[in-house]
Amino acid sequence: MGSLNIENVKKAFGPVEVLKGINLEVTDGEFVVFVGPSGCGKSTLLRVIAGLEDSTSGRVVIDGQDVSATPPAKRGIAMVFQTYALYPHLTVKNNMGLGLKQANTPAAEIDRRIGIASSMLSLEPYLERRPAELSGGQRQRVAIGRAVVREPKLFLFDEPLSNLDAALRVNTRLEIAQLHRRLKATMIYVTHDQVEAMTLADKIVVLNAGRIEQIGGPMELYNSPANEFVAGFIGSPKMNFVDGARLGETAKTIGVRPEHLTVDPKSGAWKGTVVHAEHLGADTNLYLDCEKAGLITVRIFGVYDAEPGATLYATPDPAKTYRFGADGKVLK
Amino acid sequence: MSTATRSLPRTIGAHAILLTYTAIALFPVILVIMNSFKSRAGIFGAPLTPPTPGTFDLIGYTTVIGQGDFIHYFQNSLVVTVASLFFVLLFGAMAAFALSEYRFRGNSLMGLYLALGIMIPIRLGTVAILQLMVASGLVNTLTALILVYTAQGLPLAIFILSEFMKQVSDDLKNAGRIDGLSEYTIFFRLVLPLVRPSMATVAVFTMIPIWNDLWFPLILAPSEETKTVTLGAQLFLGQFVTNWNAILAALSLAIMPVLILYVIFSRQLIRGITSGAVK
Repeated sequence: MGSLNIENVKKAFGPVEVLKGINLEVTDGEFVVFVGPSGCGKSTLLRVIAGLEDSTSGRVVIDGQDVSATPPAKRGIAMVFQTYALYPHLTVKNNMGLGLKQANTPAAEIDRRIGIASSMLSLEPYLERRPAELSGGQRQRVAIGRAVVREPKLFLFDEPLSNLDAALRVNTRLEIAQLHRRLKATMIYVTHDQVEAMTLADKIVVLNAGRIEQIGGPMELYNSPANEFVAGFIGSPKMNFVDGARLGETAKTIGVRPEHLTVDPKSGAWKGTVVHAEHLGADTNLYLDCEKAGLITVRIFGVYDAEPGATLYATPDPAKTYRFGADGKVLK
Repeated sequence: MSTATRSLPRTIGAHAILLTYTAIALFPVILVIMNSFKSRAGIFGAPLTPPTPGTFDLIGYTTVIGQGDFIHYFQNSLVVTVASLFFVLLFGAMAAFALSEYRFRGNSLMGLYLALGIMIPIRLGTVAILQLMVASGLVNTLTALILVYTAQGLPLAIFILSEFMKQVSDDLKNAGRIDGLSEYTIFFRLVLPLVRPSMATVAVFTMIPIWNDLWFPLILAPSEETKTVTLGAQLFLGQFVTNWNAILAALSLAIMPVLILYVIFSRQLIRGITSGAVK
């Protein structure tokens, strides 16, 4: 009971078209992540689903019901915002209960649901505090609790981890993943961080300039990207793109992921000099300036000693090399 | 104490400048209050000395309280100021919210139109306002003054408040919408408390000209019933003989209510003025 259909949704602010016809189907219980660079329209799409923005044309259908003209509070959704957006004048308990109170839910029921949500998110000691007395991580947990309490058909997350520091981000990410497993609710999550997308999603929707570039599971996007944009966006460090003509290939662009390149000091396909080496412990990122391929990144697992200025040969794994046509699409 | 950021000569210099300025700013006020407690001969004999047992005299205050209905004038001033302030803040904040929150055709044009009053003094329209008040039978009522002062205060209020309203987090308002709060609840419960410092700033800027105004009370409501304090004080200002004791006493008394309102707002005010700069 939490399916979502988006049918040809377009959104324009004046002459600027932000969404250029989005079609998407989300089945019950799915964790869908919208990912894309800033300005790609992912947040706008989420706002259209929430009803905070009206679409210029197209339909939003939640659970088989066209909600295009329904106010946000009546859509059966709950949203978690990047800036937490807690009510500063209310205690944690009242923050979580306000939506239910507005919907005339009996007080006993509100208390029961707050009890469940706060134990799930270990918020019990803070119920009587105000948001100002909480840390960033606690505030975001309250915001998540406020969404859980409403038992919505659809959870919407708008970059919920962006304001947290790195360590908290990993913890909260874990909590969201557990929450999804426990509630089995449909969740839609917006982020610009492809790591969050890969780790959380059942299904990733890659957006660029108001269009959907590709929809698929994390591994599907990683292993068979539909085009150059998706190939470049998913995976870190970013895929290397080499001009096909320089390699004597027929394809416009050749793409190789940094982890699908091997290096050898004596022989290989592309000769280059080390520009810079990043030692991360578990792996090493080498930046090579190659005669044929230009500046490329190579990711080597484990420790690899390479001084800047040294000569190395890089060889791509032919089975994991992508070929892109002039239109950016993958050539089969 | 750390001395990295302090040096004694600089501290002394800064304080000297500030103290000089404070003295200059306070001098006329102190002069007025000092002389209001002196006899007529004392005022003219030695205007710069504080009241001594020889010159101390409450004649000014007794005249003010005895002659004319000063308590009543005070009431009028207070009613007009507080009511105008209330309407300016209420309507100003609502208009500012609409301008900053909703996208509609002609939004920026409307903003410009509402801010136009900052550049055009309302007194230019005095004749038309008087005709309007005569036609609607509002001459010699406090309502006339409240209406005019509300109109006078709104442009600046809208201009300042809409800037501050733009800074209120969109996420917070959207969270309210998702929780089913009405736009009015969002405005009164979520947004207004967050812009309280700027409301205090606007309140002070609006209040002082209204309290001190002589022009409109003189033209629109000069009757005994509706006189304000500033107009009442004119009673003692003659063409040939001026009752300085009474005028100084009346002015000293007139400072009090503004001072009280200012103290109420000032704690918020400082935050309002500096919030844009440091955050």
